[in-house]
Amino acid sequence: MARAVSTERKLVFTVIGWSIGLLMFFPILWTILTSFKTEAEAIASPPALFAFDWTMENYQAVQERSNYFRHFMNSVIVAFGSTFLGILIAVPAAWAMAFSPTRHTKNVLMWMLSTKMLPPVGVLVPIYLMFRDFSLLDTRTGLVIVLTLINLPIIVWMLYTYFKEIPVDILEAARMDGAGLAKEIIYVLTPMALPGVASTLLLNIILAWNEAFWTLNLTAAKAAPLTAFIASYSSPEGLFYAKLSAASTMAIAPILILGWFSQKQLVRGLTFGAVK
Amino acid sequence: MASHHTQTAARMMIAPAVLLLLGWMIVPLSMTLYFSFLRYNLLMPGMEEWAGFLNYRFFLTDPAFFAALLNTLLLVGGVLLITVIGGIGFALLLDQPFFGQGIVRLLVIAPFFVMPTVSALVWKNMFMNPVNGLFAWIAKALGLAPLDWLASVPLFSIIIIVAWQWLPFATLILLTALQSLDEEQKEASEMDGAGRTSRFIHIVLPHLSRAITVVILIQTIFLLSVFAEILVTTNGGPGTASTNITYLVYAQALLQFDVGGASAGGIVAVILANIVAIFLMRLIGKNLES
Amino acid sequence: MGQIALRNVSKSFGEMAVIPGLDLEINDGEFVVFVGPSGCGKSTLLRLIAGLEDVSGGTILIDGTDATGLPPAKRRLAMVFQSYALYPHMSVRKNIAFPLKMAGMDKAAIDTKIADAARVLNLTDYLHRKPGQLSGGQRQRVAIGRAIVREPEAFLFDEPLSNLDAALRVNMRLEISELHHQLKTTMIYVTHDQVEAMTMADKIVVLHDGRIEQVGSPLDLYRSPDNRFVAGFIGSPKMNFIEGPEAESLNAFAIGVRPEHFGVSRDGGSWKGTVGVAEHLGSDTFLHVHSDSIGQVTVRAAGEIDLHYGEDVWLTPDPDKVHRFDREGLALR
Repeated sequence: MARAVSTERKLVFTVIGWSIGLLMFFPILWTILTSFKTEAEAIASPPALFAFDWTMENYQAVQERSNYFRHFMNSVIVAFGSTFLGILIAVPAAWAMAFSPTRHTKNVLMWMLSTKMLPPVGVLVPIYLMFRDFSLLDTRTGLVIVLTLINLPIIVWMLYTYFKEIPVDILEAARMDGAGLAKEIIYVLTPMALPGVASTLLLNIILAWNEAFWTLNLTAAKAAPLTAFIASYSSPEGLFYAKLSAASTMAIAPILILGWFSQKQLVRGLTFGAVK
Repeated sequence: MASHHTQTAARMMIAPAVLLLLGWMIVPLSMTLYFSFLRYNLLMPGMEEWAGFLNYRFFLTDPAFFAALLNTLLLVGGVLLITVIGGIGFALLLDQPFFGQGIVRLLVIAPFFVMPTVSALVWKNMFMNPVNGLFAWIAKALGLAPLDWLASVPLFSIIIIVAWQWLPFATLILLTALQSLDEEQKEASEMDGAGRTSRFIHIVLPHLSRAITVVILIQTIFLLSVFAEILVTTNGGPGTASTNITYLVYAQALLQFDVGGASAGGIVAVILANIVAIFLMRLIGKNLES
Repeated sequence: MGQIALRNVSKSFGEMAVIPGLDLEINDGEFVVFVGPSGCGKSTLLRLIAGLEDVSGGTILIDGTDATGLPPAKRRLAMVFQSYALYPHMSVRKNIAFPLKMAGMDKAAIDTKIADAARVLNLTDYLHRKPGQLSGGQRQRVAIGRAIVREPEAFLFDEPLSNLDAALRVNMRLEISELHHQLKTTMIYVTHDQVEAMTMADKIVVLHDGRIEQVGSPLDLYRSPDNRFVAGFIGSPKMNFIEGPEAESLNAFAIGVRPEHFGVSRDGGSWKGTVGVAEHLGSDTFLHVHSDSIGQVTVRAAGEIDLHYGEDVWLTPDPDKVHRFDREGLALR
């Protein structure tokens, strides 16, 4: 707004804005706070907001108890692995569609996006059986394969849109300047596409980290990432809220931080260009 | 750009992605289709026999199916209602200048990035638990009896949890669309004598209608497959009170080992999703033209 | 050096024949302008010469060698794009150095060349900046600098001035012409603006629907257009075309009179008309006249003319400057 907004109006919205913000964020805040309480404090009534004895015992307990580290690494490997694999397959495809389009390009792209709309239960049974028969159940490899396939459409789509934003005449100028294909890619295309690739990487790592269908159904104790590990806390064992909070905080912290940087990518990647 | 060898090279570069996705589509899906016509239970392997449309008949006449269908529609509808209206509200709010707006925006967006199992468990244990949860404490402080949310209103509770997660998505999309509204259009209407409410109804809302449609279509696709939140809180219960189609198929496949029945259910889910997908694809297609 | 020949060159995109087949000779050192309306194929022709598009048929010879199959990098041509196409992630220095780096030149030699080019183009103070920090005119010069350092056989310009504002356009036009006189290298320049064509070219190629309508020096095209299209395209404001009895009386299907070739009088003349909109620029006066005998015509008179909306006026064409055209639009001589 080019016109000045009255301070009064600003203050009113500040109050409303912060109330809503804190309300939405409250569950996360509460989880983080609870992770520093003792189990007794965690279920104390009245519940304390900040005034309690802060302790690190839950973080210790979670680390010691249940191979938390191992599940964390599973999440890391599966999220990063599937995203990198996806990018490897997607970059040439997106490159070709962006720079050598044919009249089929649009249809191919839309078809790829449509595969993302398949409900996973539609293929739950055969995938489960195939994984069982090929000994892929409860393996990180198996998960990486599935997550690569379900995120591939989004990776291709996002890279395509970023590549399309590179003006063709800059690449042509490189060609006129004597650059062969390899040099054109190395010196001109890659530096210009890098931010887009990084954004795609970021969003898809987040989506893969948080995926909660295949990671729950195709894994057991060994390859379970954090999504499944946390799910195992679902049967009440009483007096474990603080530990649950510690485990949860550790599970969501990296993604919360990454997520805050990827808002724009979220819009681009998940609305398939329907919103500008 | 159009020389002959670039075209063959291009085809080779697209091939892996296309082949993989084609395989991912065709192979498992046709297997599901095939299984849906078999009588196949994992507990009795080797006794599969052709069952024609029997599985479909059982599945579609099972009262659990109707309950699941209804729950799916309620879940999707409920979440859409909350997220679209809330999203518009939040978007309008975040479009206003105020102190600390950037931080508030981060606070509002955060829930989308929390993994579904964590969200569900946090809500289940720390808010909705009738003994130790915060809601129980608030109720007691107000002199009311605490509600066992997940036992008495399981579907509603899940709607709240899922809506909390998706509200940021709707907000972001609508905020992006809001900020793309040409300032000059608003100024022109102001010169034409339109007050703030008029401007909202006649200029802002129509502009947002496209984004709202996108939000509805995309969220519907994903909401049809809500799973983790149900698994971790109510396991579809009590009875089938919070079972949706996705959970029903899962239960049949991995809990009752009824491959045939679950496959039929899977195909039904695919058909449902396809209906929504057709509309979404048309919208995307129109945008790709530009 | 810098001699380019096109023999029966054609280009089709799928079913659509954009350029059916044309021949053209460009001599060393010439400033050739391809001009024509939007969609006439001039940019396509330029890109065919550059190697950015493959020909569908015919041959392109550069200095006598068949370059038809050569990729752009090997043709020793330099191109200045309409959008300048500067590398946004590189500084001005690196932008200009890029082609030399691709050619494998050593650093010392590169630095010398950059210094020279920067001096000629007034870019010495901006070498460290990135394109995003430059004005439109400065970016233009960087694009030209990048082309100059390669010492190409010929420069190709693709509507380089269309993104600049009017005043800047006039300046850059002069700079480019000045550059041509200094370097004496062949330049092929594409534009839709016939003023640019007339002021800068040694030779103009007028294109229409992928065909060459006429090739000649600016004044050749002005004085002796081969057909109605060229006659109407060259010269601003456009030539007036008159059909009907007035044309028949001169044994033509249509006659053409340029706005500047009318004599204007209040008292008498060949054709009577009423003044419509009158534009007074001080240096010239443009009168839009409606006449029953010759229809709507535009008249250009030198200096200040005291004629206004609604007044009567008599027009007389300069008899030597009347162009006659037959039914097909070809000029009758």
